[in-house]
Formats: sequence, structure tokens, C-alpha cells
Amino acid sequence: MSERATVRETPAAADAARRLQRKDLVGIAELSPEEIQLVLDTAEAMKEIGERPIKKVPTLRGRTVVNLFFEPSTRTRTSFEVAEKRLSADSLNIAAATSSVLKGETLIDTARNLEAMAPDLIVLRHPSSGASHLLARTCRAGVINAGDGLHEHPTQALLDAFTIRARKGRLAGLKVAIIGDLVHSRVLRSNVSLLRKLGADVWIAGPATLLPPGVEQFGVRWTTSVDEAIEGADVLMMLRIQLERMRGGFLPSLREYFTIFGLTVERLRRAASDVIIMHPGPMNRGVEIASDVADGPHSVILDQVANGVAVRMAVLYLLAGGVDHEATA
Amino acid sequence: MKRLFKGGRVVDPATGRDGRFDVLVEDGRIGRIATDIAPADAPGATVVPVPAGGIVCPGLIDMHVHLREPGQEHKETVASGTAAAVAGGFTAVACMPNTTPINDNAGVTAYMLRKAAEANLARVYPIGAVSKGSAGEELADIGELHEAGCVAISDDGKPVATALLMRRALEYAGMFGMPVIDHCEDPSLKGEGVAHEGYHASALGLRGIPNASEEIVVHRDIVLAGLTGAAFHVAHMSARGSLDAVRYGKSRGVKVTCEVTPHHFVLTDEALRDPVPYDTNVKMNPPLCEAADRDAMLQGIVDGTIDAIATDHAPHHADEKRVEFDRAPFGIVGLETAVPLVFDRLVHPGHITLRRMVELLSTNPARILRLPGGTLAEGAPADLTILAPDLPVAIEAARLRSKSKNTPFDGWQLRGGVAATIVGGRTVYVNDAVAGADALGA
Repeated sequence: MSERATVRETPAAADAARRLQRKDLVGIAELSPEEIQLVLDTAEAMKEIGERPIKKVPTLRGRTVVNLFFEPSTRTRTSFEVAEKRLSADSLNIAAATSSVLKGETLIDTARNLEAMAPDLIVLRHPSSGASHLLARTCRAGVINAGDGLHEHPTQALLDAFTIRARKGRLAGLKVAIIGDLVHSRVLRSNVSLLRKLGADVWIAGPATLLPPGVEQFGVRWTTSVDEAIEGADVLMMLRIQLERMRGGFLPSLREYFTIFGLTVERLRRAASDVIIMHPGPMNRGVEIASDVADGPHSVILDQVANGVAVRMAVLYLLAGGVDHEATA
Repeated sequence: MKRLFKGGRVVDPATGRDGRFDVLVEDGRIGRIATDIAPADAPGATVVPVPAGGIVCPGLIDMHVHLREPGQEHKETVASGTAAAVAGGFTAVACMPNTTPINDNAGVTAYMLRKAAEANLARVYPIGAVSKGSAGEELADIGELHEAGCVAISDDGKPVATALLMRRALEYAGMFGMPVIDHCEDPSLKGEGVAHEGYHASALGLRGIPNASEEIVVHRDIVLAGLTGAAFHVAHMSARGSLDAVRYGKSRGVKVTCEVTPHHFVLTDEALRDPVPYDTNVKMNPPLCEAADRDAMLQGIVDGTIDAIATDHAPHHADEKRVEFDRAPFGIVGLETAVPLVFDRLVHPGHITLRRMVELLSTNPARILRLPGGTLAEGAPADLTILAPDLPVAIEAARLRSKSKNTPFDGWQLRGGVAATIVGGRTVYVNDAVAGADALGA
């Protein structure tokens, strides 16, 4: 029996040491490199569960997880849901469109009502930056940030790191270039934080109108030249360009964006020969990335989706019951 | 009623006095000031010993507050706001017109003044709107506002919408000797911003408001004040570039004055993350800026470019602030924390003298708004603030007299406070924490 199968068989004491000693996962910024490694290592074992004929373990049986989504999301919500089901948690999906939020209820009141049902974890997706901090301060349940405004999307960064590690065997020393709409991206913020903690050489590139203010303090190399960012890169992460950026005056047109910043087969030649190409989805083909690149041999975009489930299983497992839930004010 | 305040150190920049003086108050006015007034020379006067170490200065004037009445009484009322004012050492406040309805006509002004008379604590000087409904289109009835008791005009909460409207407002209000106070902000640059545009907001995913948003309008208004020869006052200045613009304007003889809030010379945008990330009590407009801006404000206070310290007291109900950062209203309360912050952060570290403190908090606000206070000259209203420079002060949000408790300074330990507040010769506030202050009571 490989070590992977020990997820539900570890003795309690050792088990506690293999948990995250925190109530919430609100961002990568709060995590130590060791905690990140713990999540990634645990996700290896979780991935194996997803490869079995019967993809389910009783690890979180009897635990309740609420997926509280104030923004439309298919990918992240279903990924969490699959992860919860594979761990046998009871999960409950609440979408803002059908909730009392439309009746004017505040986030805190919504959360307090949910708390009355004693959930162990709340997975929160919210359009306001800091919403998961607010919820974490207010609730006894653990809070997993599934994307808050422009701030963080920690499980995305963890699954990206897992995917890179699976392909490259390491993160330290790799040139990772993140390209696209940087200022509006929570994926960027989580990834910059994580990649720096694990020693990658991080580059970010995009149009000057979409660079985050204070970029010089982000601890990364930054440029408006996509070619410079791609040069010798081991990993390329393409970020989605949203259509509303034209209305905001950030960009003249999608066509021009593709011409100047899009990832094409030609541009890809500047990268390392074994470069991998990532995208958090959903993709705009022909805008930030050409179809033949997205579907080409370097693309690991579908790996990311598969790994997302394993990483979220790991996070759920490491947080659920991992700390004393009374220890918060 | 006669009262003889004995034994205090009087600091009054308007008359140049700084030293040991006795102050005789008669019928609500300053009767006499002299180094030693024997009780025998003031027959019928009650002798009021000023506590040891007490500073007697002209009553402090907060030229920028929001009293929320009429229309937002769940946040503050004229009564609760003036109670907070006197507890903070302010004998007078100038209140902004962004009430519901807007103070754009004499009726609203009269209502505010009636409420102030009922409360009978601090003096209230309403500021009228620049434009009807503060909508930025037509001028409000500025002359009638003046006659009703307004001391300035402003569309505060919003900038004066266009250069043309600002020009007309300056020209028209100038006839009545009223300054135009502008909340300087370019709406297109502010956009959906909720915090200072810089590293901290950016890392937290908060939409930024660049300094340029304020600086551009400060520049615009200085040019227009020059064009019209009328008085323009910059509300709650926060950006270092704005200070440069004011310096330039003053050097060219433009009638420009400016104020800064305590939070802009004490805090920076690091407060967005520390100690509590996304604390909505550090959300205000203009936002907390970078250390370089904060340091520039300090420099402006020291070198005299900044004329006044005003609190921008902006009460909001706890329910309104207990939400996501980008959904919370802008603003914090300030009336009851200003004096301790000025003492602790400006006077005690040696940045400014007591005399300069009084200029910033009394003399200059009175001069800018042409108020009768701000001086202890004989015959002036007997509005006095008695300061206790070494008083240990622990800020406790829950104990503020304001109806609202939205302060980022909860739990702060500061040195320097208020011993008593006297309006028209009548003691309206006594701080029991000051030894001997009970003698200052009525």
C-alpha cells in the first residue's frame, strides 16, 4: 500500500500535525512555504483517489460544507463540489441569485443564518475584495476563499503550483511569466504570492493600462513587452481578457490586444523548448491565446482542471477539523 | 454671570498672548485679561481655578463636520454631534450641507440652527450648498443661505462639478465674503476607487483613487480663485501634490487656504492591511495616502502652508460599516479624537508649538470663515477651551458621545486632552479624568 492511501488511516496525533493549523484559507499571503508544500503533498494523495474506480473516501463523512457563491462560477464551484463529494462531506450550494441577498440581506447576516446550521466550512466566492476576511472574522466555521473581488483566489494558485510541480518537478528557479489583465486578476495576486514564496523567477506582462499600481513593490519583474516576458520562460500563465475592459477604456480592441499581447505559435518560440502553458479559464480563444497554442502540445490547461479537484480535496481535508473551532472571536 | 479663570497658561495667537494670565468672563464675553486679576477687582465673579498645567485657549473650531441632521439621524444629530464636539474641546463647528435634504436653502439652515439652539452646546455654523441639491448644475440661493447664517458654501462629499460652476460660485459667494470650500476630486479619475491608489490597495485588490484625482481639482480651483480674486478653501487635503499647489497659489497671492484631518497626518494606507485587513474604519475619502503624503502634510503643518486642522467628522452607523470594504460608506468620526492626536503626534514630538496648535484649531478656522471666535481679545465671545497637555487618554470607541463609533483609533493610548469646554462663558463640558477639573464646572 503506498503512502497515498493513508489519508484516512493516519493515527490522530500524527494526523493533527498534518493539518493546517489555521481556521481559514483566505489567501496565499497568509501561508508559509511549509503550509503550501503541505497542501501540495496532500493533493498528491488526493489525486490518487480521483484515479480509482470508486472515487470516494469517507474522510469528511458527517462534515457540512457550504458553497456560498455570490458570483456566477461554473468551474470553481463544480470543482469544489466534486472535491467535497469525493471526501463524503455533505455539501450545500447557495447561489446569490437565489438567496436572500437580493432581498437586501448583508453578507454577515447571511453567514450568521448559515452558521445556525453549524457548517464546518464555508467556501466563499464574492465580488468584493476582502469578503472572505470579513466572513472569517465573523464566523466560527472555517472559510475557504474561492475568489474575492480582485484580491485572491488561493486554491487556483495552489492548483497551478501543483500542476507546475507535476510537470517540472519543482518551482524554485523556474521562469514563470503571467500575461494579460493583471490589475483585475485575483489569480495574479495569489500566484505572485505563491510563486515568490516557493522561489520562482516571476515575470508579469501586459498593457500599461492593466498593470497593477505599485507593481514595483510586488517583488516581480514586470514589462509591457510580452516577448520579453516569454523569452526563455518555463511556464506561461495566460490571464483572461474581459470584454468590459474596452468600455473601461483600458484597451482599444480585442483584435489589437491579440496582435500585440496574444500568445501565438510564433511568440511561443521564444520560450524554453519544454515550456508549459496554463490558463485559469474561461479562455477567450483568439484574444489572449491562439487556439493552436491552447490546444497544442505545451498546453496543460486541462491538467489544471483535473488537479483543481485534488488540490481542493487537500484544502478541505487539511482545514476541516484541523483546528479548534472555538478559538475565534 | 461673571467668572474669573485664574492660574492658567493662556495661549492666544490672535492677541499674541502666551503666558500666565487670568481671564475674566462677563455676560458671555471676555471682560478682561491680565497677568493677575485679584478677586477684589472683579466683584461678583466666581473664581474658577484652572487645573495645574492647564492651557486656556480660544475655543477650538472644527471647520469641517457632518452633523447628519436633517435626514440621517440614525448616524448623528445636531445634539449628539455638538455633544461630541464639546467633549472634544470644540466650542464651534461648521457643518457640511450634505444632509437630507441638502442644505441648499434658508429653510434647512434655519432648521439646523434651531436644533443647535435647542442642544445649546457648541456653536453651529452651517455651510450651504454651492449648487441646488449639490447636483452641480444651478447655483443654490447663496445670498439667502448667507442671510440665514451660512458661513461658507460647499458641495462637500462631491467636488464642485465644473470649472464654470466653480468660477461662478467664487464670484457670487465672494460678494458675501464667504469662501467656497471644495472637496477636490476628479470623478473620472476616482472612478470606483475605494482606497489610495498604491501598493497596498493594489495588493489587496482594492480599486485605487490616484492622488492626481485631488491634485487636478486643487490646481483648477487655485487658478479660478486667482481669476476671480475670491477665496477658495481646500477641504481635507491629503495628497502631497495638492500641498505644492497651495504653496504655489499662496506665493502668487491667490486667496487659497487649506485644512488637513488628523487621520491624514497620523495614518497611511498601510492601515488597509494592518492591524485588521479591510477594516472599513480606515475607509474615508480622500483615502489614507502613502507615507510620503503623510509626511508632506506634517511638513505643511509645520511650515505654515496648512492653515487648519479639521476633522471631517463623518459618523456612520455600525451596520453601514459592518459590510464588505467596497460597499461601506466613506468616513470616520473625529471630533473626540482630534485634540489627543494633535497633542500626541504634533505637539509632544516637537513638530509644532502650542501656539501653532491653537492657530490651526481656532485662530485660522475663525479667520477663514470670518467667525466671531478664535480670539481671547477683550469683548470677544467667551468661548474657551482648557487643554490638559499631559493627560493620558485612552480612546474607547464605545464611550464616544457621537452616535456613531466609526473610528480607527479605538484602543489608542495618547497623551494630551481636554479639561473643559466653555461656550459663551458657560461650562458645557468637564473632563472628570483631569484632577481639579470639577472646579471648572458651572
